[in-house]
Amino acid sequence: MSALIFSLFIFVLACFIGFELISKVPPTLHTPLMSGANAISGITIVGALIVAGHSGTDSQISQIIGFVAIVFATINVVGGFMVTDRMLEMFKKKEDEK
Amino acid sequence: MSQFLPEAFLPYLPDTIQIIYLIATFFFIRGLKLLNSPATARKGNQFAALGMFIGIVVTLFDQQIISFEWIIAGILIGGLIGAVLAKKVAMTAMPELVAVFNGFGGGASALVAWGEFSRLVDPTTMTPDSLVTTGLGIFIGSLTFTGSFIAFGKLKGFISGNAITFPGLNVINIGSMIGVLVLIGFFTVDPTNQTIFWIILGLSLLIGITSVIPIGGADMPVVISLLNSYSGIAASMAGFVIGNNLLIISGALVGAAGLILTNIMCKAMNRSLTNVIFGAFGGDSGGGSGADTGDKSVRETTAEDLAIQVGYASKVVIVPGYGLAVAQAQHVLKEVAGKLEERGVQVKYGIHPVAGRMPGHMNVLLAEADVPYDQLLDMDQINPEFKTTDVVLVIGANDVVNPVAKTEPGSPIYGMPILNVDEAKRTIVFKRSLSPGYAGIDNPLFYAEKNQMFFGDAKKSLQALNEALNDV
Repeated sequence: MSALIFSLFIFVLACFIGFELISKVPPTLHTPLMSGANAISGITIVGALIVAGHSGTDSQISQIIGFVAIVFATINVVGGFMVTDRMLEMFKKKEDEK
Repeated sequence: MSQFLPEAFLPYLPDTIQIIYLIATFFFIRGLKLLNSPATARKGNQFAALGMFIGIVVTLFDQQIISFEWIIAGILIGGLIGAVLAKKVAMTAMPELVAVFNGFGGGASALVAWGEFSRLVDPTTMTPDSLVTTGLGIFIGSLTFTGSFIAFGKLKGFISGNAITFPGLNVINIGSMIGVLVLIGFFTVDPTNQTIFWIILGLSLLIGITSVIPIGGADMPVVISLLNSYSGIAASMAGFVIGNNLLIISGALVGAAGLILTNIMCKAMNRSLTNVIFGAFGGDSGGGSGADTGDKSVRETTAEDLAIQVGYASKVVIVPGYGLAVAQAQHVLKEVAGKLEERGVQVKYGIHPVAGRMPGHMNVLLAEADVPYDQLLDMDQINPEFKTTDVVLVIGANDVVNPVAKTEPGSPIYGMPILNVDEAKRTIVFKRSLSPGYAGIDNPLFYAEKNQMFFGDAKKSLQALNEALNDV
């Protein structure tokens, strides 16, 4: 089994888990869900770290590309989780009110 | 950072990193699961953030990574920008911010695919399948990047919210997409050909622009959801390129989430996804079909009169729309609701799925005004309740309460599920004027016998009502 096929299995199974996990999220939480999921998609930062931190190439181009990728991905990750937290902090049940 | 580890451990390092990635995956999945309930959602988000932190830290121990200047600089700059944006944003501007973050995420994924490709001295050593995924990663990532920024511009008003289109644009878009896929095929055969690579990149960026530009303002919730899904898939593709399961799984989870929300939004507007993408429907000025407001008459009400009506009602339902948020009236609304509850009036909020500018947006805006989430009912929950409701206050909403969606098969919004406010004993519409809504369609509810109009700015009207309630 080639690496691609193996990865494809993982991808498809993860999609199914995603559908199962998220299809029951109530409408009240759709915006935080979206921004939280969005932050998770910033996981691409792991790839950016590898590209930027790798050396052994003659050119610096890939390092610069990696650097920009890190900036982009970090904005996505840090901003995404923080703003989601800010929103969820506001969600209160009636009993919590004083 | 692998040099800090004992020499004897190094042979086990790659597997250890993978195991820790698995733990990070667990945190993501657990976090998303906790996002299913408002009571645990905050913890869920923190779980996911912890998973991300673990993933990042363990990656730094990867033996391939030997220089840290760029990494530290990048994380500091990105972290600062992200934190400032997240702290400063107003809740009404949440869709714009999500669009921006989305764009950066997609852009990062495209760059990872590109960077991985360019760091290999001889691309011919790459296997055909990693070349295909590189091409796809660049394609999806780039179009997410530009598409998200166009969506941002439209939401922000930099770019007209109207559907900007011209004959043949759809053909050009579909043609370009097929073109990119064919070029990725060529790229796989001859990865040394720089020209092909640049055309793929350029065309992908262009497709992001030309495919979002023709989509009307009313459809932005769908577009944001869809772009969210793309950014997940782009991360997955980047995972395929660098052979990293953590990226593949997390990206797939996000891709699925975005797709579900896209589907929910489409259903809420009774539109198919193809229709949203190629339909060029709706704009922010609503220049749509014949609004013959001519000789029909409406009944107007005053704050004092309204205060008596709601003050002595037993059940009041509030239907808020984006207009409420634009007028920054949610806090006054909450005060009015509080006074009514003190008088023993039962108050509920009915929220249409497309109220606001992104899925669930209205709920966040009301949460900001301290409205408890268990008073916010979605369409399926509130619709059976209208029959027993004395007064419905429709504030800044229009199309989502338009009975035309049920009665006139010729109407563009026909079939769209709406809030059946006309079943209540009385409806009050807070509105500036009789102008049609987002979809550009006149609303017969305004002229119904049971309806009264309360003209004016939503905030001022609610303030007046709030004061009038003191004297009832």
